[in-house]
Amino acid sequence: MFSPTIIIEAMINGLLTGAIYALVALGLTLVYGVLHIINFAHGATLAAAMFAVWGLNAAFGIDPYWAILIVTPVFFVLGYGVQRFVIGPAAHGDDGNILLITLGLSILIENALLAGFGSDTRSIPSDFSFSVVEAGPFLLSSARLVGAAGSLIVAVLFWLLMSRTDTGKAIRAVAREKLGANLVGINVGHIYAITFGLGCAALAVAASLLMPTFYVNPRIGGAFVNIAFTVVVLGGMGSIPGAMAGGLIIGMVESLSGLLLGESLGQIGIFIIFILVLLLRPTGLFGAKA
Amino acid sequence: MIGRGYLPIILVTLVIALTPLVISSNSFFNFTVLVLIIALAAQGWNLLGGIGGQTSFGHAMFFGIGAYTASILQTHLGVNAWISLVAAIAAGALAGLIVGFLSFRAGLRGSYFALVTLAFAELLRVLANASELTGGAAGLLLKLDPGFANMQFSSRPTFMLLALAFVFVSLVITQKIVNSRFGAHLVAVRENEDAAKALGVDVLTVKLKAISLSGAMTAAAGVLYVQYFLYIDSGIAFGIWISIEALLAPMIGGRGMVLGPLIGAFTLHGLGEVTKSFAGRVPGIDLMVFAVVLIVVIAFASSGILGLIRKLADRFSSKGGA
Repeated sequence: MFSPTIIIEAMINGLLTGAIYALVALGLTLVYGVLHIINFAHGATLAAAMFAVWGLNAAFGIDPYWAILIVTPVFFVLGYGVQRFVIGPAAHGDDGNILLITLGLSILIENALLAGFGSDTRSIPSDFSFSVVEAGPFLLSSARLVGAAGSLIVAVLFWLLMSRTDTGKAIRAVAREKLGANLVGINVGHIYAITFGLGCAALAVAASLLMPTFYVNPRIGGAFVNIAFTVVVLGGMGSIPGAMAGGLIIGMVESLSGLLLGESLGQIGIFIIFILVLLLRPTGLFGAKA
Repeated sequence: MIGRGYLPIILVTLVIALTPLVISSNSFFNFTVLVLIIALAAQGWNLLGGIGGQTSFGHAMFFGIGAYTASILQTHLGVNAWISLVAAIAAGALAGLIVGFLSFRAGLRGSYFALVTLAFAELLRVLANASELTGGAAGLLLKLDPGFANMQFSSRPTFMLLALAFVFVSLVITQKIVNSRFGAHLVAVRENEDAAKALGVDVLTVKLKAISLSGAMTAAAGVLYVQYFLYIDSGIAFGIWISIEALLAPMIGGRGMVLGPLIGAFTLHGLGEVTKSFAGRVPGIDLMVFAVVLIVVIAFASSGILGLIRKLADRFSSKGGA
């Protein structure tokens, strides 16, 4: 049916895409692990970050990779502020309310982008987007290799932050037992906001790594967020290694089912995995307790 | 004598039913029909999410199942519109039962339940977009043939009265449930599932009943949509827009309250129209307003407009009594 070369190439491409999915899912799983909420605005935030990268390029000619240095801190601060001053106070500590507020934020961001930029699809044209690396019989896109390497670096940085720094220790303490953390003098509201900011910062990096090969429009978040939910659920909600493994698996599944079932039905594999994992093993591959 | 809670339902229905006597603008009836369809879909959400506390992010699945069942039966098999309606409502109930059985038996609550409902709706959207039965990406067109037998009415006020009749029935059913033992069980499950179980409430059965009724109501809304617009595609039927509409209306109007979805749907879309008339043709501006209203309501009035009115009324009457 298909030659092994085509299948292996599809798997490698799937892994490269999967690394970016993992990066998108990283922020989602971190926020879930600490705040125990699903951030429905995650996709819309990614779209906003992609527009920011695109805008920096269109207005000042800044290369998407250099844009990381600007958009990452900006999105960290934005995320911190939104959690500290909007989600936190408005939710009154109720998880159901947080879910609905992030849904509201996602509608707001998406439609603000629509109002500001229109529904046109935009991309950043550059020679690098089309450059390829020859590896044996395979042709691999340079930009996607950079993207995969970038997301692995971010994952390692996150892991170092969580395991080696005082902030990481505080985040883990709050995730485990927020009342106890509060009693030993950790400012829970501050840690929540830091976590949310980190999630948004990860999205900003993902947006910068995506833009050389991808396009952006106000609805682009939806395409990623369903995948990110699946990755997070598959890897186990709250687990960072789970998000990495989940991302790579989903990338491969998508690439292979796209190859076998065609473009339009290819997405089905992802939804079926999503539903099956939720129904049969809601803790995912690496998750502890649901 | 009429039972508890029915008087406001009858009054609100009468007010809407009498509008054709004083208003003759077609855009008003277009607006009202759409709002009533959304209110019906939202009443389905309210049963499960408002009264039962199981937040669904994927009520589009029921809306779409209703819409597609009705249109497939009519276009492919030539089945009568009213019989198709009954079949569509049954399909919605069955879908609710299946999804409910799978997810509630697996113990999914809160965010997990919201996610799985969203995933089912998205799965159906992708399938409907690819399948020949549903017309694929091109969608399905119903043949224009006005007449009572086909449930198509060339007069907009007549269709509005039909939609209103559906909404009235949904209001009465919801009020009956609220007044019943089943309703009390549902509220108990929402407030504290473990405590309800300890008191002998069969939690799974209660949730399954709620999601089937919920699915049936939202499916009926899907049928109305297709009978009015005579067209359906996967993006309309299973799109996230209707999942959000079905959730927003009760949230704004008052979740868990019988008239919440209807009041919420009118308020939101009224606001949407006002915004559009101010802001002109900026795309997405009405949805931005909806989102801000949602966040403000959660922050300052978590029981919605009706809750706010009730609170004000209580304060007023207690002042009067003191």
